[in-house]
Amino acid sequence: MRKLFFILMAFIFSVQQLFAQTPDEVSAMETNGKIYVVLAVCLTIFAGIVAYLIRIDRKLSKLEKQND
Amino acid sequence: MQKSWWKILAVLLLLYTFTAGFLIQVPIIGNLYQTIRNLFFHVPMWFGQMILLLVSMIYSIRYLRSGNLADDIRAREFARTGIIFGVLGLVTGAIWATYTWGEPWSNDPKQIAVAIALLIYLAYFVLRNSMPDMDKRARVSSVYNIFAYFIYIPLIMILPRLVQSLHPGGEGVEGNPAMNGRDLDPTMRMIFWPAVIGWTLLGVWMTSLLIRISKLKEKKWIHA
Repeated sequence: MRKLFFILMAFIFSVQQLFAQTPDEVSAMETNGKIYVVLAVCLTIFAGIVAYLIRIDRKLSKLEKQND
Repeated sequence: MQKSWWKILAVLLLLYTFTAGFLIQVPIIGNLYQTIRNLFFHVPMWFGQMILLLVSMIYSIRYLRSGNLADDIRAREFARTGIIFGVLGLVTGAIWATYTWGEPWSNDPKQIAVAIALLIYLAYFVLRNSMPDMDKRARVSSVYNIFAYFIYIPLIMILPRLVQSLHPGGEGVEGNPAMNGRDLDPTMRMIFWPAVIGWTLLGVWMTSLLIRISKLKEKKWIHA
């Protein structure tokens, strides 16, 4: 579980690095009425929900194995 | 974790929905402006919700035919996820309505119908929990669940179209033309239908977890 968390954090930070640019350039996050910001927020929420579902699924599988 | 291709498909379809749903060019219709993008989130979730309740009803029919309590559990958990999706649909609809219809609740026929429908489904759980005898509970609530679905669909799909409604398809009032089929933009359709499948599969995933929990808890009563 901890490993998964680190992978997730690494992913989030690498995405941020991708968008972080020198100030005089307009980064992707700044274009189009900053709609990318909303997209990033929604995708983060969605990633969190999916990670949570996967975690519950794993826990259940473990329980099911113990019960057999 | 039980690895299944459809769980991965659900995630991929929804990632596609979010990304494309936010970034494509949308037609500006009426006073919707950019909120027409809700057509990729609010509406497909309702479609998914109806599919989940349909599956719940099918499992109720299967229970009545087989007498297998596992089918009753499946019907119950699908109804549960259906209610959760329904509440989310009601709330997101109210948010959307605030900024396009002027108020969160305008007593639109579809809003009222859906509120009634949610009460009908909540009553399903009240009914279930009022009976201690397991077989009787399963049989009575299965019959109720079948009845509930056949009142649900006319309530939300047919009745609102017979009267004046702000939702698309209603008479008289100039409703949102969004889901008119005739004028749903083809590129929007390319996101809409994958979104329906994505939301449905996500609901199935959640339900499958609930079913597995129930089976662990109620193992001694299930013989299948």
